[in-house]
This record gives sequence, structure tokens and C-alpha cells, in this order.
Amino acid sequence: MSTTAGIGPVPGGPPIDETGASSTVSGYMRVWWQSVRAGELGSLPIIVGLVIIVITFTLLTDNFFSERNFTNLILQMAAVATMAIGIVFVLLVGEIDLSVAFVSAVGAVVMTLLLRPGDPGWPWWAAIAFGLLCTTTIGFLHAIVITKAGVPSFVVTLAGFLIWSGVVLILTTQYSTAGTIRIQNSTVIGIANDFLSPVWGWVLGVAIVASFALLELRTSMTRRARSLAAKPIVLVALQTLGLAAVTFAAIWYLNRDRGVPKVAVILGIALVFWSFVAARTPFGRHVYAVGGNAEAARRAGINVDRVRIAVFMISGFMAGVGGIMLASRLRSVATNTGSGNLLLLVIAAAVIGGTSLFGGTGRVIAALLGALVIASIQNGMDLMGLASGTKFVITGLVLLGAVLVDAFSKRRRAARGGV
Amino acid sequence: MADASPLLECRNVSKAFGAVQALWNVDFEVRPGEVMALVGDNGAGKSTLIKGIAGIYPFDAGQVFVDGEEVHIHGPRDAARLGIEVVYQDLALADNLDIVANMFLGRERTRGAVMLDESNMERAARETLDSLSVTTVKSVRQTVAGLSGGQRQSVAVAKAVMWNSRIVILDEPTAALGVVQTRQVLNLVRRLAEHDLAVAIISHNLHDIFEVADRITVLRLGQRVALFERAKTTQQEVVHAITAGALDEVPGMEMPDTAATAEAQA
Repeated sequence: MSTTAGIGPVPGGPPIDETGASSTVSGYMRVWWQSVRAGELGSLPIIVGLVIIVITFTLLTDNFFSERNFTNLILQMAAVATMAIGIVFVLLVGEIDLSVAFVSAVGAVVMTLLLRPGDPGWPWWAAIAFGLLCTTTIGFLHAIVITKAGVPSFVVTLAGFLIWSGVVLILTTQYSTAGTIRIQNSTVIGIANDFLSPVWGWVLGVAIVASFALLELRTSMTRRARSLAAKPIVLVALQTLGLAAVTFAAIWYLNRDRGVPKVAVILGIALVFWSFVAARTPFGRHVYAVGGNAEAARRAGINVDRVRIAVFMISGFMAGVGGIMLASRLRSVATNTGSGNLLLLVIAAAVIGGTSLFGGTGRVIAALLGALVIASIQNGMDLMGLASGTKFVITGLVLLGAVLVDAFSKRRRAARGGV
Repeated sequence: MADASPLLECRNVSKAFGAVQALWNVDFEVRPGEVMALVGDNGAGKSTLIKGIAGIYPFDAGQVFVDGEEVHIHGPRDAARLGIEVVYQDLALADNLDIVANMFLGRERTRGAVMLDESNMERAARETLDSLSVTTVKSVRQTVAGLSGGQRQSVAVAKAVMWNSRIVILDEPTAALGVVQTRQVLNLVRRLAEHDLAVAIISHNLHDIFEVADRITVLRLGQRVALFERAKTTQQEVVHAITAGALDEVPGMEMPDTAATAEAQA
């Protein structure tokens, strides 16, 4: 889904060695393995973990590895992954946003209220746009307090957590006696409940693989033309084949059930777009710089406050998108929208996916990988019929394991580093 | 070349932090192609002087000239526009980014409107390092966290000179380095002067300074107490100036009236 995430010199991504050691496939693998041993683990631990989880639950349960459950898994994790994208950006600058769950609820409630037929009965696109405008503005307001008053984001967004949970309660109880407001617009309900037809699924798959191959080839050609070491064409071909195998298998499998879910397409677009922003634009570079060394960024003439503000606006925006996905899936909003462990799942997804809490390290794809891990574990444990308490304990242990991997790889990098 | 007119010149600059007069009517100049050392004990005002030149904060009084024209530097960007680059003691590198990203930080080259032009930047970074004969850096795509102290210093210097800068100021470039790496960095400093840049270097190490500098400015308690030509002085003479150089006046202490009137005039 995130075709651009793995290309090029992204912090935490595969290294490019212009000395020429990496111009052959074996040389490339050797350079990559050296960087892994030096503590640049990238997405390796999480992918290994994911494979272990899938094998474990396939052995332990009858229907974990089935078309229906695979589709359910995607539906369950899409909103968490979407919101975790925003958290990845916040963590990259070394901040935290504890308000995302209730901010997402505010977006969903505002959209739902605007959609009520005849009162005021906005069209779906206007209601969604206004909901997202609200959540983005909330992110902006948090960031203004954080940057201008110099209050830690932990406290500001903790206050936001309380404030916006209150706003959700006020809105839902004021406009309904039961505390639940149903969504009656079929387009909005379709976001999380509709699927692509098999044909469109295949078209999407081909488009993903083709654009990956074209982008990689173009990068490789440009670098060769400028006599820089480039990825060997054989490797590009192998990677394309690998991606094609995974993508086509997934689409074939999904088509055996209900098809590719629309939320998966939205999530995929979000992942590609934000991966591009993080890895390929000056803004993304500045985000990493602020997280790595804010003073260095400031001296380089980067407006550090503006980067922080933008990052919290991204968090608010993606929270809104995730909130709308959740509301669409439940076909309603209620007094308890955004409560429960949603916040913890979103932050855990970003961290388990490999985003460092220390700032400056991580990739957008972490949001997807982390959400997949959490959703798989919970889904598998549900199928095993484990008690809620057990599920929380195990999810917590996985989060702890991910943080420990981060801490150890950071120590390893520091031990190798000079000063 | 030694008699060229100064590329950077500060006249009578002063700076106070509250009650502390960090700089008092200091003159300072650097000519193109020369290495000017700036020495003094802790608290002599060396860092204050270069931070003022770099635009980190404004001087309270005095004038700064670049190429003979008076300039007003209100921020790091102004300084950069004038071709002034400072390599700070803590180097100001982002450990999590690679060498290319650090060298272009804040001034990334793009293709189209928004997309980073990585291969372009990578080449330029490599060429700059090569032009400075920095051979110790194997890959410009490795993260700065993995570099040795000397390599980091080289990257920081290369970052400073790649912007067609004309004036490079180095703050304690050899403070944390071993013998071999110190030698590499001093060679690099000399090479900058050979490229006809105006180089100012702050250091506590007189041995390094006598090896690399053409002239030596001595600050003591915020005032310039001496200006030596390296060829015509000795380490003892410089040490004496650092520890006991004659002060014209001590503002705010023995002569509070002078300071008050000077401030009123400013």
C-alpha cells in the first residue's frame, strides 16, 4: 500500500552507499545487514513480530487465517492506523498528543450532527469537510498553547483529552435523549462498510505495483545518470516481484470474501501521501531535524514552532479522518465515542510500529505495521475466547517489548556513534 | 593578500546581558585569505562576539561592516545572506539525519515545487567534501550519529562553506578531538583560507593557534586587549595578554559614569 515508503535515504530506512559497495544485490544486502547490526533496525523487528503472531494464531485457532477474518482485521485496524499516522508525525518532533481519541470523536460528532436530515441536512462532503476542519483547528489550538506558552505537549493535550471528552458528552446529550445519534447518509456509512468490486480491486493492485516499479526505476536511472551509486536493476525487479506477490495475494484473498474494503483504499492513500511528505519534501526533512536536534534546526533557519504547529494540525486532521471511519463503521456516534482504550491503541500502534518516543526516528509506515500487530493480537485473542484482562496484559507486554527494542537499538547506535 | 582590506569588520561593538557587560567597545576584523584567531579566558566575550556576528542576538551598540559596507544582522538568515557561516562548538548537527541532509538542512534543493532533489544534493555534498580534501568520510549517506568527532567537525565545516560563504567562524573546532583528528581539522582550516575565505577561529589551545592563525585577537573581560601578528609574537606574549592584558576601562565597576553615558548615547 505504501509504495513510496521504502525508497531512498529515509531516516530508519535502507541506507544508500555511494561508494559502490551496494551496486550489486549481494553488496546491497551486505550494507543493509551492517546497518541493522549497528542498530538501524528500521521495520525489521516489527515484520518478524508480525510473522510470529500470524503463525501463532493460525496454529492456535481454526479461523484466524481465513478470508473473512482477514477482511475483518483490515476493517478493525484501519481507523487506528489512520490516526496513528498523525501520532507518528507528533512523535517524530519529540512531542506527544494525548487528545487524539476525543478529537476524533469531536470530528465524528460534528459530522453526524451536520448530516441529520433536514437539521441542517448538509451534503456528506460538506459535513465531512467541516468535521475535519474542526479537528485540524483543535490541533492548531493545542499547538499554539504548546509553542507560544512553552507548556509541554503532554500537559496541553492531557487538558485537551478532558476538554474534548466533555465536548463530546455535551453535544451528544444535547442533541439526543438516548445519547446515540445514528448516521443516515449512505455515502458516509459506506466509508467503512462498502467494498470495491473484484475488478476494481485488481485495477488498484496493478496500479500499486506499476507505480512502485516506475518510481524505483526512475530513481535508479536518475542516480545512474548523475553517476551516483544506484540500486541494482535486478534488485528493483525482485522488490517489484515481491510487492506484486504480496499485493495480488491480498487482493485475491479479499475478493474471495467481500472484496477490498473502501477504508483500506483511504488508508492506503493516506499512507502514500504522508510517506511522501515525510520522506520526500523539505517539510518532512524539517520534521525529522526538529525531532533529532531542535537547536540545530533553529540555527539552520528552520521555523521550529511552525513545524510543531503543522505537526499537531496533521495529528488533528488524521484524528478526524479516523473518527469518521469509526463512526461510519458503527453507523452512529454516542456519548462514549472516543473513550475506552482508543487513545492507547493509537499511540501503541505508532510506537510498536517503530516510531521512537525520543523523537527523530520512525516512518509513516510504522502506523500501519503497529496497527496490524495490535489488531492481529486482539483479533486472535478474541477468536481464542480469552478474557479482556488477559488481552490487555498481552497487548501491554507487546508494547513494552517494542519500546525495549527501540531503547536497545538507540543504545547500540549511540555506542557506535562518535560523540 | 595580507594587506587586503577586511572582509568582516566590527567597530566598537558592545553587548550587555542584564548587569553583565559581556562586550565593551570591541574592534574585530578578518581579511580574506587569512585565519584570525580569537582567544581569551572563559567569559572574555569570544562567544558573545561571534553570536552577535551570526545574528543570534543583536549588539547593543557598534557597527558591523562586510566588504566595507555597514550591515545590520537581525538573524541567522541575514548572516547567511551576507556569506557569514558559523560552526558552533556543539556543531549543531542532527544525529538522526545523514550527512547530506545535515549539510542542506534548512536550504534543501527541490525538484519541481515540493520534492527533495536527493541525487542533486548528494552530489553537491560529495563535491564539497572532496574539494576540502575530506577523505575520512566514506559515505555521505550515513547518519551523523555514526561519525567520529573529527568527521563531525569536517561535516560541520563543509556545511558552512558550501553556501558560497565568504566568512567562516569556527568555535573551538579542536576542543574534543584527538591528535590525528586535530591535525585533520587544522589542515581543513588552512585550506579554507587558501580558498580565499576569511576565517575566524576561537580556541583555547595556543599551540593549535600558532600553527594555523595569521593574526591573533585577544579578548579579556569583554574588551580587546591585544592584536598580534603570529609571525611577530610568542606564546608567552599572548598568554600574558589573555591573563593580564591592560584594560582601557572596566564598565559598570570602577567607572560607572562612563558606562552610563555611553549607554545613553547608544
